[in-house]
Amino acid sequence: MIEKKLRKAGTYLLILFLAFFALIPIVYVVLASFKPGSELFHYPPTLFPENWTLENYRDVFHRADFLTYFKNSAIVSVLSTILTVIINTMAGYAFAKYRFRGNQFIFMFFICTLMLPLEVLMIPIFRMVQKLGMYNNFLGLIIPPAATPMGVFLVRQFFFSVPNELNEAARIDGASETATFVHIMLPIARPVMSVLAIFSFMWRWNDYLWPLLVIRDNKLFTLQLALANFNGEYSVDWESLLAMSVVSMIPVLIVFLIFQKQFIKGMVTSGMKE
Amino acid sequence: MKRKKSGITSLEMRVFPYAMILPNLLIFTLFIAVPVVLGVYYSLTNWKGIGTPAYVGFANYAKAFADKRFWQAFLATGKFTLFALPITVCVPLLLAVLMTKNVRLRGVFRAVYYWPSMISYIVVGLTFKFIFGESTGVINYLLTSVGFSKVELLTSKTNALWIVVLATIWSTSGYFMVNYISGLQSVPESYYEAATVDGASKTQQFWHVTIPLLRPTIFLVFVLGFLGLFKSYGLVISMTKGGPAGATRFVVQYVYDKAFQNVEMGYASALSMLLTVVLGAATIAQFALSKGGRIND
Repeated sequence: MIEKKLRKAGTYLLILFLAFFALIPIVYVVLASFKPGSELFHYPPTLFPENWTLENYRDVFHRADFLTYFKNSAIVSVLSTILTVIINTMAGYAFAKYRFRGNQFIFMFFICTLMLPLEVLMIPIFRMVQKLGMYNNFLGLIIPPAATPMGVFLVRQFFFSVPNELNEAARIDGASETATFVHIMLPIARPVMSVLAIFSFMWRWNDYLWPLLVIRDNKLFTLQLALANFNGEYSVDWESLLAMSVVSMIPVLIVFLIFQKQFIKGMVTSGMKE
Repeated sequence: MKRKKSGITSLEMRVFPYAMILPNLLIFTLFIAVPVVLGVYYSLTNWKGIGTPAYVGFANYAKAFADKRFWQAFLATGKFTLFALPITVCVPLLLAVLMTKNVRLRGVFRAVYYWPSMISYIVVGLTFKFIFGESTGVINYLLTSVGFSKVELLTSKTNALWIVVLATIWSTSGYFMVNYISGLQSVPESYYEAATVDGASKTQQFWHVTIPLLRPTIFLVFVLGFLGLFKSYGLVISMTKGGPAGATRFVVQYVYDKAFQNVEMGYASALSMLLTVVLGAATIAQFALSKGGRIND
């Protein structure tokens, strides 16, 4: 009995210990962002600010450039997410519910693209983006990354669990394939679509390499590009950078908190199961 | 589930599935398939970003094999992956095992553990740079206050690499934890009941029931972890910029710099090809060695 209690206590201790490490880096940074610049490099350092201040945030929000970067990130992430959800749901549905010539081959092709990440195709992808007139242009950030093999896979798995009788019944009732998809299947697919939406938003919001390759113009920078750019090699304006970093985390956090239940559930049930 | 194959396959039925996959097919073709071919082609040329590429045969590859700085970056990446991979595989497993136990506030802790994976690599890098940087001095303050002497952190080659490892583990563990949780939940409860009846302790159950049944997930995390680590870029860029003295300059950064700073597109394409081959070969080798992570050998 005592051994069991000790074991339980040990488990909780371990959980709390790990939770501390998961939280402390960000907590430290968030608290530091409320310190006045003079306090930031005090020795000995403190966890909590001695004089709380909103000055860093006020400065950041008064900077026209920061607001532009935030707006750019928002536009790119939202539009790309909408496109991602639409086209991957379409493809995943087709692979799950139709047998057509070449379906297996095309599906394998889609999955194989997983093995060729942007990192190894930077140069030719950059070239294609240029040739198609998407260079230094939001289109290059919105369209190419919208197709994701993981998304197709996720939706396909989801539609395997939807009975085919539904399609048959709709056909007998004389509904067109398009009408069946739009009016019957899309409402059913809402859970998997929201998982896809949350992921896509997070990926696009946090992405660095695509914007780095596609965007040249300062005015079109996304937040991540701007943050990386402000982070100079020798001197770093930590007051602004900390506040900007904290603000940059908020949108994803909000999306996560709103959809938390569906998110974890969706990832666990329809996620990367073998 | 494939009834109704013949008969009323209307024109719509035949065209519809192709129309549905068309957008993805177009994007994958234009931004993956064509670039693969282009990439191979560029790697055989001396293309400088403008003008027409001139064919140079395998000169770029020969140059790559003699490029000391490339191999230095390659070695640094390998070392980093070697250090980080075992931890990348094990820590999330520990988190998942804890988070599938019947503990209070489980949902909250799951969210807490998952949280770091929602933060961009750039911000993770900045966060760790701020904490481990010499200017803020937190870590050295903590070390000296418990009796250790001051150490060089991001300015020491070895320590910088380990701090990058730490930051990477911190930022990826939550994501892999979710994979493990779904794997753990698919282990039938009856297996544990049977093991308990046979008198197996919790520890024995973990090693002889959980681990063997979890092999596909462990394998998946291993492969994804390897690929992710080997192509690390954003995090190091914002944390160390590849320093000190190239200790954390990894292959992707080297290729990027060659391509977009030195504008040696042809040469950088050859380096990309080498990276692709290494990543592909390692993935295939891992598949072969683990027999695809199947449960039954």
